[in-house]
Amino acid sequence: MKAAFTIAGLVVLATLPWWLDNPYILHVLIVTGIFIIAAISLNLLLGYAGQLSLGHVAFFGIGAYASSLVSLGFDISLLTLKPKPVWMAMLAGIAAAGLCGWLIGRIAFKVRGAYFVIVSISFVEVVRLVAVNWVELTQGPMALNNIPPLSLLGISFLKKPSNYWLVLTVAVISYVLVKRLVQSKAGRAMVALAENEPLARSVGVDVTRTLVLATVVSAAMAGAAGALYAHYIRIVDPDVFLFIYTVTMVIMVVTGGKGTLAGPIIGGLIFGLLPEGLRAFSIKPEIQWIIYGVLMLAVVYFLPAGIVPALKRRLRWLS
Amino acid sequence: MDQFLQHLLNALMLGGTYALLGIGLTLIFGIMRVVNFTHGELYAFGAYMMYALVMRTGVNFFVALVLAIALGALLGAALEFVLLRRLRGADIDTTMLVMIGAWIALQNTEQLVWTGVAKSIDNPFPAAPLVIGAVSVGWNRVFVFVVALLLIGITYFLIQKTKLGKAMRATFQDRDTAALMGVQIGSIHTATFALGSALAAAAGALLGPVFVAYPSMGDMAAAKAFAIVILGGLGSIPGATLGGFILALAEELGAGYISSGYRDAMSFLLIIAILVFKPTGLFAQKERIG
Repeated sequence: MKAAFTIAGLVVLATLPWWLDNPYILHVLIVTGIFIIAAISLNLLLGYAGQLSLGHVAFFGIGAYASSLVSLGFDISLLTLKPKPVWMAMLAGIAAAGLCGWLIGRIAFKVRGAYFVIVSISFVEVVRLVAVNWVELTQGPMALNNIPPLSLLGISFLKKPSNYWLVLTVAVISYVLVKRLVQSKAGRAMVALAENEPLARSVGVDVTRTLVLATVVSAAMAGAAGALYAHYIRIVDPDVFLFIYTVTMVIMVVTGGKGTLAGPIIGGLIFGLLPEGLRAFSIKPEIQWIIYGVLMLAVVYFLPAGIVPALKRRLRWLS
Repeated sequence: MDQFLQHLLNALMLGGTYALLGIGLTLIFGIMRVVNFTHGELYAFGAYMMYALVMRTGVNFFVALVLAIALGALLGAALEFVLLRRLRGADIDTTMLVMIGAWIALQNTEQLVWTGVAKSIDNPFPAAPLVIGAVSVGWNRVFVFVVALLLIGITYFLIQKTKLGKAMRATFQDRDTAALMGVQIGSIHTATFALGSALAAAAGALLGPVFVAYPSMGDMAAAKAFAIVILGGLGSIPGATLGGFILALAEELGAGYISSGYRDAMSFLLIIAILVFKPTGLFAQKERIG
């Protein structure tokens, strides 16, 4: 039954560009998909490992910047790089984000709770200020322009349908990856850690190693989302590091249900499509954000576990 | 040398307001265990109230300052009463999410009401600076510094010498025991949040006329407040006071000798450095990592 739903859903999603001939809606879906990938990656850290990271957009932005820079090439005083093919650049973006995840994981997991949250915010702000001020490399607020689109095996990912399929594929891979990881021994260690750290430690869970692993995987995945974003939108500026994007990802995960596999997808669809719905009623962006803020409050008050667990409970109650 | 002295003086003038911000945040965290993301918005609220009172309604500058602080306290009390009262005892992540939601809503309300255009606020001080030997400082800065010191003094008095302060300190040490001894925890929380918010609004009302008021001004203020509080150790008021001056000095020297583009990066670098090398903060005594 559940498998049938999954397959039907995937078929609808995969064939969508054929029967939905609307480039605008397709664009919205692509961007939503990219954010869903980022939300899936955040869910690993926030939902399963139980660490409220408010610096997640740093990895997204690092992936976007690294991938763009490798594909465009750069020339700074110590290092010159010729433009590389985009697929190579995207892998570099993923690797760069993963590496930063490792570094930050090693540093930040010395502390927990409120301290961890503040370290993660500080990290993203430092990265943002570097992106603004290191004009030689990043062009600062002038942004990196004319980022080439991906072209692989003779297919150019310039048009919207091909980008849609690309994002869908990466999203499915991310979902499966997180699912496999969470069900593995390392994943169970993460959950145990989130539930009760001293107890997990007492049964032999290597806390730092487990958390660093979660951060590296999560960061690399967010980096992949960032790389997809950069080569789709084809312009990157320091605004990708704005805190509001982290907040968007957190809202997606928390609303959908942290620590559930479907949570980030449901939450991501709602908060990815909601702004477009609100725009249709010509609502100002300020009001849109106010609605976001209030919705966030409402979810914490009325659905503290998120939509997916609430729906599951309701279904069980019906049958 | 003169340049260095000038940096020191600038840091001293700025440090007073930073200390106000830090004390407000650390009080709220220490007593209520709430990471207050709306702190920066209260700061912006203070600045905008000065704009509304001085520029729009023509209230006297000094009266407006008192009013702005009082309104900040009221808004803080209202936030605590509406949002946090029912979440007492909830885990720290839950309250953090609620405060983030409130922060987004507040900031965008400000943007909606006042638009994104920066507002400048007139002040009644002479434009010519006060010159002491080789260094100089604007009269408005001196005023800000003096008022900030005064408010820090009042806060210390309130906490150390009054009955309310005693109840606050008791709640800080052990909430359950304090409740058993007859302390009304609910009222203490409201009072704490109102006091912390009033201090943030005061900082905004003081610095708003020195710089300008704009909707996202609170973000940087909140980030600085977090840096100060971590520097001093979460929950430590003397730590926050000193932390405010240390951060101001780090910023002044960073902007003066490295690059002014990285002025705002100093607070974050300081946070990361402190947490890597001395996670309990410079002045903390007991459990702080939680």
